[in-house]
Amino acid sequence: MASRLNGRNRPIVVVTGMGVATSLGAGKAENWRKLSAGESGIRTIRRFDTEGLKTRVAGTIDFVTVEPFCAPALCERLGEIVIEEALAESAIGSSGDFPGPLFLAVAPVEIEWQQRQEVAAACGANRDITYDDLIRAAESGKFRSIFERVVFASVADHLASTFGTKGSPISLSTACASGATAIQLGVEAIRRGETDAALCVATDSSVNQESLIRFSLLSALSTHNDPPHAAAKPFAKNRDGFVMAEGAGALVLERLGAATARGARILGVVEGCGETADSFHRTRSSPDGKPIIGSIRNAIADAQLEPEDIDYINAHGTGTPENDKMEYLSLAAVLGERVKAVPISSNKSMIGHTISAAGSVEAIFSLLTLEHQRIPPTINYEVPDPAIPLDVVPNVARDARVTHVISNSFGFGGQNASLVLAREPL
Amino acid sequence: MTESDRDAWITGLGMLSALGEGPEAHWQRLNEARPGADATTFAPYLVHPLAAVDFDKQIPKRGDQRQMEAWQRIGTYTAGLALESAGAKGHAELLGRMDMIVAAGGGERDISADGTILSGLRDAEKPAVFLNERLMSELRPTLFLAQLSNLLAGNISIVHGVTGSSRTFMGEEAAGVDAVRIALSRIGAGQSDIALVGGAHNGERKDMVMQYAFGGYLLKDRYRPVWERMPDGGFALGSFGAFLVIEASASARARGAKPFARVATVVSDRSRRRPGEVIAQLRQMWADLAPRLDPEHVAVISGATGTEPATGEERAFFAEHPEIVVRATASHLGLGPEPQFAMNIAIASLAVQYGRLFPPVDGTGVERPTDRLITQAVVTSIGHWRGEGMALVEAVR
Repeated sequence: MASRLNGRNRPIVVVTGMGVATSLGAGKAENWRKLSAGESGIRTIRRFDTEGLKTRVAGTIDFVTVEPFCAPALCERLGEIVIEEALAESAIGSSGDFPGPLFLAVAPVEIEWQQRQEVAAACGANRDITYDDLIRAAESGKFRSIFERVVFASVADHLASTFGTKGSPISLSTACASGATAIQLGVEAIRRGETDAALCVATDSSVNQESLIRFSLLSALSTHNDPPHAAAKPFAKNRDGFVMAEGAGALVLERLGAATARGARILGVVEGCGETADSFHRTRSSPDGKPIIGSIRNAIADAQLEPEDIDYINAHGTGTPENDKMEYLSLAAVLGERVKAVPISSNKSMIGHTISAAGSVEAIFSLLTLEHQRIPPTINYEVPDPAIPLDVVPNVARDARVTHVISNSFGFGGQNASLVLAREPL
Repeated sequence: MTESDRDAWITGLGMLSALGEGPEAHWQRLNEARPGADATTFAPYLVHPLAAVDFDKQIPKRGDQRQMEAWQRIGTYTAGLALESAGAKGHAELLGRMDMIVAAGGGERDISADGTILSGLRDAEKPAVFLNERLMSELRPTLFLAQLSNLLAGNISIVHGVTGSSRTFMGEEAAGVDAVRIALSRIGAGQSDIALVGGAHNGERKDMVMQYAFGGYLLKDRYRPVWERMPDGGFALGSFGAFLVIEASASARARGAKPFARVATVVSDRSRRRPGEVIAQLRQMWADLAPRLDPEHVAVISGATGTEPATGEERAFFAEHPEIVVRATASHLGLGPEPQFAMNIAIASLAVQYGRLFPPVDGTGVERPTDRLITQAVVTSIGHWRGEGMALVEAVR
């Protein structure tokens, strides 16, 4: 019934600018160099005291500082850094005037303990502190800046002002699939003909005490603290959880015709997007894999390709026992026997799980894989899991012919999103 | 495929608020024109509390309810009402291809745990280590999921089986506007046939009161309708949920679903809120809609929050258009930033369906009585901090 806008006349969506920051460093060049050398950005957490915690490692971004420190402030700064890189490469619009909308994947914002303690100190209570005391202190008007920082729209609002994006900026969360969803929203807007360009950004800087502890209480995190670089072990039999990490990615998406007309360099093509929601459980995938399978198949169908056309998979590959098994089973259902032969690797083995930013950061790494015709490895793959017979490009990067890549992102709350990326427009 | 096959029909309404549950209860209470708010529970702040509700009716498993905080229960319940109203509840094939866009906040705190930890931190020898210990022991593991923004959508998938897609927009009022705008654009372009769109808000939270007290936004001491809060302004938090099933007309016809109304268009933008920018946005958005408007039969369902200077500029805009009849629903419902736009579209749908408007609750003259036939309703949304939007809702003949 739906005319899915998938005929030959559908606009082709290309990438003309990319920017990335991870625990490996800022910029495409440094990230790609370290990624293809199999280097890890995971380190012992120095940002706060980890005494008493089971997990004491993360992929923090320590080379960027913000004052006063809080997650949304770092999030915003990382966003600025990657957008600047992407815009410089794309050379679209002019300074402070991006000719299209902003789609921003960002972690939900919350008041943090540092801020809460500042308010508590101002309320001057000698007895036990309650929210009534905090509210009284809040009334003083001295904490207006906290409001401006914790309102959910603030990061997108500031980035929209800085870069002059058009219309209402959309902040979104599909948990660990957010980065991919931001790209999908941009692709859809261009295909609808609403805009010739979209700025699709994802940024996450969630390594703080409470966030780390929350994931830890869900038994989701690796507790392999020593050495830190060996903590993330996607697809290995001894994998024991993901490693929290910070990162950001920005992509300038454009309609091919518009990009060509202005002489832009085409860095890659977003050929297809697929998504589904899983109704099985809040943190676990449906055991039959149907939602993940559906997401991958939808992306391939949207790209007007067949599973045989896929020659590399940039895995979600978190390194949790459950995810990696389900991702394998689902890929096996889609690719059949070929699943053992198609190379698959997890960037998270090196950069950790950048959560809201992962879908964007890994889409960029997928495009760099296509550009360099070189597949970054899955490091820390010392103990193969016989239940997951995949070619994970173990430990060392590999030159290969890569034409169509699937990048997977799956998240809590039953979120599944998959992208199909290519080097050249068909 | 004709143009009208891609009309966006509202085929399901889910409404739950201080006014009660469902379209009839809302319409009846709006017509009674006796707004009010709870002035004692969160004194000196005014709050519009959720009406009594039996969550079991839409969330049958107690285990599911325990996994949610109040805002998620309100939303999951209301989504169930919308699906029921659309005749979609339990229809696995339809739900399996139904898209979902939820506008969400999040972060409901464990108030007593926060207080205990803050008290302990004051005297702790090593505060960071104390915080680690206490968070490890005080945080319920599942609380995290009850706080996560995208877990309202996640719970709707689990409880009601909506699995076509799931996207969560964040960012207060603007998230609610853009959720409807994107759903509408996708349906119009054939990227989607049917979508569940809306959100939920729990205003009965001290952590939320604190957050808005930081910004000096809250109405205090005495209830007043939205237009009667000058010069200081302020909003009263409200607990409510609102979900719409929006569907391509061809899809609705094929399954025999009747429309409440049509959403003709949604526009949105963002100003930086320098003086005069809100009224400039309103003029621009109104001009965008003007060619489609029938001035004799159009009403405005305003999302004015009561916050100054935003509400003052909206009032000034209406003063430029004395022909427009206006109703601000926040006088009845309070402010729930994320679900507000969907709720007002639902109320607009009722107005065009009944062909009339409910009585004014305003002594300042912005809202005036009318007995004209209403076939169109413009919904406005001027966020308390950011975000401007407008929708045009029309009767389907």
